[in-house]
Amino acid sequence: MTAEAIVTVCGLTKSFGREETETQVLRGIDLSIRRAEMVALLGPSGSGKSTLLTILGTLMRASGGSHDMLGVDLMRASDAQRTEFRSRHLGFVFQFHHLLSDLTALENVMMPAASAAGRETRAMRARATELLNAVGLSDHLDYRPSAMSGGQRQRAAVARALINNPALVLADEPTGNLDRKSADQVMDLIQKINQTTGASFIISTHDEHIAARCSRRIGLLDGNIVAS
Amino acid sequence: MNAYAVKLALRHLFSHPAQTALLMLGVALGVAVFIFMSALIGGLATLLTLRTVGSIPHIVLEEPDHDPAVLVPSIGALVVLQKDLSRRNQISIWQPAIPIAEQTPGVTFVSPQIRGAAFVERGQAVASVGVIGVMPGKLSAIADIDAAIVEGSSDLLADGILIGSRLARDLGLRVGQIVRLTSDRGRARSLHIGGIFTLGVASADRQAVYMNFSTARALFDLPTGISRIEIKVQPAIDAPRIAARLRSATALKATAWTEDNTQLFEGLDAQARTGTIIKIFALVTIMVGITSAMSLSVVRRQSEIGIMRAMGAGKTFVVSIFVLEGTLIGLIGALVGTGVTWLALAPLPPVAQVARGGLPIDQAQGGFLVAVVLTTLAGALASIQPALRASRIDPVEVIGS
Repeated sequence: MTAEAIVTVCGLTKSFGREETETQVLRGIDLSIRRAEMVALLGPSGSGKSTLLTILGTLMRASGGSHDMLGVDLMRASDAQRTEFRSRHLGFVFQFHHLLSDLTALENVMMPAASAAGRETRAMRARATELLNAVGLSDHLDYRPSAMSGGQRQRAAVARALINNPALVLADEPTGNLDRKSADQVMDLIQKINQTTGASFIISTHDEHIAARCSRRIGLLDGNIVAS
Repeated sequence: MNAYAVKLALRHLFSHPAQTALLMLGVALGVAVFIFMSALIGGLATLLTLRTVGSIPHIVLEEPDHDPAVLVPSIGALVVLQKDLSRRNQISIWQPAIPIAEQTPGVTFVSPQIRGAAFVERGQAVASVGVIGVMPGKLSAIADIDAAIVEGSSDLLADGILIGSRLARDLGLRVGQIVRLTSDRGRARSLHIGGIFTLGVASADRQAVYMNFSTARALFDLPTGISRIEIKVQPAIDAPRIAARLRSATALKATAWTEDNTQLFEGLDAQARTGTIIKIFALVTIMVGITSAMSLSVVRRQSEIGIMRAMGAGKTFVVSIFVLEGTLIGLIGALVGTGVTWLALAPLPPVAQVARGGLPIDQAQGGFLVAVVLTTLAGALASIQPALRASRIDPVEVIGS
């Protein structure tokens, strides 16, 4: 653990079910992520990658261990506090873009900030425009997701993850649904943002090519870290 | 109110315009049923009341019955009291009661009257009648005799009377003819027929005879007193309340029309209850429709809801989106329904002018504002359950799937 660490988990466990049906998915994870770090989370299906990301993203509580981020004990925080923390400090990119079909690209990018504030502001609009420019979608601000390509949607989703200037972006197979060219574009973008904003990224992937572009690799097998 | 929740609710509504329009049409139809039933039940009650109480006094003030006083109370003894029937019932000091009645809120007309039984003779033909002596200018205070005149005029001269058309037919009488009228006090006088009226009420058209107040005084031997004071009120349904007030203010016996028409009152009450049940069913139907549509909307949008929750949207925010959506469906549907129903009912004639066989629909009793408020409320209530379900969607499950 260093002074730069923004996230620290110690002895993190997660199990589903009870007694004889209990399944242990995470078996005591010790991990810390430093500011501006870009981490690849590797492992086969069922190794616990998505569960770890979900817990780090405060979408699920761990069964045991500790989970601290930016000085907040997230294991003890209430659901409402975790929701607020998530909206302020975390960003998400999923394998599927999950853009809201009724909103334009610009509105989708503003959504996390607007839903927290209860309204859209000029500052949000300016920030969302800037982010869409940065991901190469300046000509698609008013496009609905249905009028955009898969790569464009995923780039819009990356922009959405950054609207609140998060300290940590969790990306679960962000290029899993994209062709190689689009995947490279998205990874170029993530790298650029990582370098310019200082946001840390944890990218879950099966793809060695993607992992090779990260500054650190963490291997996960049967709920344990096997390589870091 | 959360402006962003309003924006998202509107986007949800307008993202599937045909489906939303169909849903709002259903709400509008429910609202139309609500308003139509209110206007019809209310109009029917008004028509029945008008027909029943249109030509009768709403309140009658009379001298109260005086039971003989027992001067020496006898414990354990049976006391039999006999009412004094030897004296005529009259209001001896009636003048102070007139301004009191006239100034009572809700009272529209006050008519002091001299009443009595009499015989009308023409040749060998004789008919028993009820004479109503009215003051000048008060002829149409209770029943609209001026409008009911079918022959002659409504002027009440000292030697003239107005009779009903059935009495005229029974005795073969015409305007200008002379009849002999003998009162129950034994006084007789020859009077000429000034006018013939048709009120449409058989008993009145056969037995009522209107005459000048002064002539009636002489004929019924009432030099100072009067028989009764008849009063009209608006609305007629308030008669019992106003009668109670007049009773205490004048110390006279005040009888409201409702006391003699309890069956009509019960009928109107049953009719109003039926209308209320139908209106409740209309509202419940609206609520069921909105609930099912909102439930479908939640199922269809669960991935979007999950992603919003993952991005930091609180449960309250999610609930507010769907409650607003349901409220907007209720409000817009209600406005469309009330607008269309208002336009549809506008050309219909007022209840008082409804032709025989026509529907007595009173637009004023349609409860348009109540329908809008209740339907909007119903929309909000109907969406609470789906909204709560939406707020409980687990983002992890949605994202994972």
